[in-house]
Amino acid sequence: MKDNYNIVIVGGGPAGLSAALEASKYTDKILLIDENLKAGGQLIKQTHKFFGSKNHHASERGINIAQELIKSIDSDKVEFLSGVSASGFYKPHTLLLEDKERLYRVNSDKFIFATGASENIIPFVNNDLPGVYGAGAVQTLMNLYGVVPGKRVLMIGAGNIGLIVSYQLFQCGVEIAGVVEASPYIGGYSVHAAKLRRMQIPIYTNHSIKAAYGDECVEKAVIAEVDSRWNIIKNTEKEFDVDTICLAVGLTPSTELLSQAGCDMVYVRELCGYVPKHDKFMETSISGVFVAGDASGIEEASAAMLEGRMAGLKACYDIEKFNRSEWINSISHIEFELKSLRSGPHGEKAVNGKKKIDIQR
Amino acid sequence: MRFLDHPILDFNSKDKKLVSFTFEGKTFNGYEGEPIAAALHDNGIKKLRISPKLKRNRGLFCAIGKCSSCLMKVDGIPNIRTCTEPLKQGMKVEYQNIKGDLPEVMS
Repeated sequence: MKDNYNIVIVGGGPAGLSAALEASKYTDKILLIDENLKAGGQLIKQTHKFFGSKNHHASERGINIAQELIKSIDSDKVEFLSGVSASGFYKPHTLLLEDKERLYRVNSDKFIFATGASENIIPFVNNDLPGVYGAGAVQTLMNLYGVVPGKRVLMIGAGNIGLIVSYQLFQCGVEIAGVVEASPYIGGYSVHAAKLRRMQIPIYTNHSIKAAYGDECVEKAVIAEVDSRWNIIKNTEKEFDVDTICLAVGLTPSTELLSQAGCDMVYVRELCGYVPKHDKFMETSISGVFVAGDASGIEEASAAMLEGRMAGLKACYDIEKFNRSEWINSISHIEFELKSLRSGPHGEKAVNGKKKIDIQR
Repeated sequence: MRFLDHPILDFNSKDKKLVSFTFEGKTFNGYEGEPIAAALHDNGIKKLRISPKLKRNRGLFCAIGKCSSCLMKVDGIPNIRTCTEPLKQGMKVEYQNIKGDLPEVMS
């Protein structure tokens, strides 16, 4: 542990790991920190195969992508600390870190915040009852530690996460009482929905959760139909005897540190929350402060990895001497991959959102 | 509850070490290094905290150290995020006194 680093990266998920890997090709003295016990972020819980083209890790499982990234990082150049939280950023060069024993500072000219996202919660009666989990928590319990949260689950949200986690629960022998979706449509890919359909798991579109009941933990859930403005329609309630309610109702970018650092922040609906304005190199309104991955707007791991590489590369550009053609080659390669990833109907939201926070330099 | 057979993942590694810990005075087992909250779940304990103001029961929610729903007293120290704190042999896990008392000895 030193006091001064060339680059400090906060968050060891797909974006942070990719940033570290890319940066370590050109420079050393890189610090990568993560709050959790293991590096890899959400990737290490993702047992499903990725979509897209070969360049975007298609048909590889998230768990294997994480292992690949972690293995390729040169520990002589990148120092990794787990179980460490970043608690404050002080312009221009100082980040405050804490672990169980102490509070300390590290200095650097370049910071990359790849802080990810946190699970959303929705309002319903007793939504704080033990047995109500975020989908990420359920994935952590079962796919990292082999522990299932209960015997019978009601899933809220039929986006990709809701569908995938339902299937993963089924793979662990848990019964899925149903998947509840407030919109008229299943938001996730039909290949995931089809897997549930084949197992005869009902998907209730135009429904939302109204209440959870139980003495100390969840014992029952009540759902009801909703109208086009998502108001509950009377006398349409359905009851389920479940011990677990899993919420897959979206994510919010974790941007507290960037906001506290003083970056220009904008609320962008398409990116699911307050996000820092940034240029195409992922540099925010504060010079030397970068963002990457879900913290710059909710997308998928493939986009996070490319954004991480971009931030890592640009941070090095200001430190090390680059051959001009090598620089242009590397940048345009990542730009091309990002663009192709976001092409098509599923990428439209991200493209529109990113336009709203673009900084032209 | 743990599962042993999974089509993709392998949880039967021989490197896993079973350790014992106490929760509210009773002895339980869990695997060394897994989060305390995972070990508690395996033993059927889902209520991890009581909310400070309205005294409502709280369980595991985010499991990544963000939501503070799983804060407990571990070896006398309150406000430990049991979702990210690794389990060790002989740990003493308890409900904390709402916001948590100052530990008697801080070294």
